[in-house]
Amino acid sequence: MTNCCRKNKCCAPKHEPWVTGEIATPVGKVPRVGTRVTLRDELGALRVRFAIGRMEYTVPPGLYAVGAPTPESPVFVSANYKLSFDYLRCALGGTSGWILVLDTKGINVWCAAGKGTFGTAEIVSRVQQTQLDRLVAHRKLIVPQLGAPGVSAHEVQKQCGFQVIYGPVRAEDIPEFLSANFKTTPEMRRVHFTIHDRIAVIPVELVIWFKPALGLAVLVALLSGISRTGFSLAAAPRAFGLVFTGWLTGGALVPVLLPRLPGRAFSIKGLWAGFVLWLVLLSGSLGQLALPRISVFVGKATPPAEPILGNTPYELIGWGLLLSAIVSFMALNFTGTSTYTSMSGVKKEMKIAIPLQLIAAVAGIFGILIGGLQ
Amino acid sequence: MNYLKNVATLKLDAETCIGCGQCLAVCPHEVFVLENGKARIADLDACMECGACAKNCPVNALSVKTGVGCASGILSGILRGGDACCGEGGCCG
Repeated sequence: MTNCCRKNKCCAPKHEPWVTGEIATPVGKVPRVGTRVTLRDELGALRVRFAIGRMEYTVPPGLYAVGAPTPESPVFVSANYKLSFDYLRCALGGTSGWILVLDTKGINVWCAAGKGTFGTAEIVSRVQQTQLDRLVAHRKLIVPQLGAPGVSAHEVQKQCGFQVIYGPVRAEDIPEFLSANFKTTPEMRRVHFTIHDRIAVIPVELVIWFKPALGLAVLVALLSGISRTGFSLAAAPRAFGLVFTGWLTGGALVPVLLPRLPGRAFSIKGLWAGFVLWLVLLSGSLGQLALPRISVFVGKATPPAEPILGNTPYELIGWGLLLSAIVSFMALNFTGTSTYTSMSGVKKEMKIAIPLQLIAAVAGIFGILIGGLQ
Repeated sequence: MNYLKNVATLKLDAETCIGCGQCLAVCPHEVFVLENGKARIADLDACMECGACAKNCPVNALSVKTGVGCASGILSGILRGGDACCGEGGCCG
């Protein structure tokens, strides 16, 4: 047997809860997988959506069966990120086929294709390892279209004799693709970035940026505590509150509003969001500053309110610079999550945006520090 | 949603193109159209430089400088002195 996955105990998939049985084939026993997603699978998906154990959410690479496949049944190629694999097996409910899981180190199809781990060499060696030519009578592989950046269809055919047919971007379109005799429509080939997609990635964004935000909040809280009379942590809650408002704006509001924010560059979209956030907080602060003066005229005693952004122009402007820098920087980094930015474009906007964001952040923190010393 | 204008490095050599349509089949953003038996770049600004078309062109008529369109990846590449990389930073949601 050349099949490593049956020799190697660590990846014997027998005990996986989504394996429902085994099928005897000319190349040995092939595990059969269920096409229903269980509560356990859904909890796993929810967990990785919050970036918990996302890099270890894997399926053992190798061959699997769905339904009651024959040598004529189609072969679907997938990544060994369990979320990708679950989408595929779920879409195959009611059909019979084979699934060839590549070793993509637990990375999804598209990102793995970009790195080349979902690629020509891995397909060819996996086809040979599993003796796919002895299992199926045809010579076709259905590869998800988003695997194409790593796969050279003509090279795969040359090297192992299997023809690559690119299937739809979304697994849910597979039944329609199959009934259309392996043809994709332009709509099936189009990658979107819908409001639903953008909301789904918010938790990961927020989790990833939590630690940097916390670090920045601690720094600002410490610096804004320095005053001429000594050091106090009275202003610390404000520093935390404002930095995390920026974090929430950059990590949640920017993704939601992405197409509505002005500009094409993500850093500009973020700058707008940060600027508007600042305007809102600024008008609140100015209102708070004006309130005691107005109440003198109306004759009511108002307790002196501590303005949201601070008392001094240094703080009011400093927070504007810092918040704009935070939100703009987070938005710039959202290019990696988005589905339509090019490397040339990102490099172009980074060259201008990163230095400006850095200057704004340093100047902003400096302003907050000066304001505290007034 | 289109990204920055006129930055994509995608190039098509119309002379070499045999009009097989494979680039249309793999492109996630409908950058190409097939006209008079040849592919044509119809929407360059929609190109995200994933490289799927160039990789799957059987006659090498396409070229594109590929890489991750990801600021965190590019930054971590610069900071570590290597290639742009995704992964630990988790940029590839």
